[in-house]
Amino acid sequence: MSRIIFSEAVIGAIATHARGDYPHECCGALLGTESPDGRVVTASLPIDNLSGEDRRRRFSVAPRDYIRAEREADARGLMLLGFYHSHPDHPAIPSGTDRTFAQPGFSYPIVSVLAGGVEEIRSWRLHDGAAWYQEENVVIIEDTTA
Amino acid sequence: MGTNIFIPTPLRSYTGNLSQVDVEGSTVEEALQRLVTAHPGLREHLYDDNGAIRSFINIYRNDDDVRHLSGGSTELGPGDAISIIPAIAGGSAQ
Repeated sequence: MSRIIFSEAVIGAIATHARGDYPHECCGALLGTESPDGRVVTASLPIDNLSGEDRRRRFSVAPRDYIRAEREADARGLMLLGFYHSHPDHPAIPSGTDRTFAQPGFSYPIVSVLAGGVEEIRSWRLHDGAAWYQEENVVIIEDTTA
Repeated sequence: MGTNIFIPTPLRSYTGNLSQVDVEGSTVEEALQRLVTAHPGLREHLYDDNGAIRSFINIYRNDDDVRHLSGGSTELGPGDAISIIPAIAGGSAQ
């Protein structure tokens, strides 16, 4: 299983975002590096959920926000590693919609928020050529290199 | 005169890790065809089986979605740039 490594500060920022936007889904970009031990997420970038549908069950990133995330990664000398989002009152498992939109190589952490509290965070990746998400091992480290 | 095409991170494995590619072309479609000719692995990620741009891929000329312009026929002038932007969306609803 591939690994995705977060500092406590970054995972805390994502959890705070997910709780704050409850009962709506939140979303954001992940910036960081690739290492032999796995992906290291050194920063998260909250993004407004601009879905025109029910935002309790859907999220959408505007194209201009996508480009902003790419440029931010570039400016910081980091990679755009993927996008997180939350599932209010649903498990942290990709839905059919999540799978439909999955881009190869991106990590997609999902935050399950139950009754306003963060229940768990699991991450998924569609490997190139694969038809199905594989789960990534989420590792949280105390120290931060950000 | 070349047009600069921005390649998003998930598609860079098909461009030898290039984030930008310069191609010649007087329309968006012409530029994209030259792009996929130079980098054939991109084709299936940009086009569906009917040869149309995939619905989950947005093509921008500068700041505008070409779907709101003239699609692939959208003309390119000096200094125009193309961005390939994957749709990022989902949610718990099936």
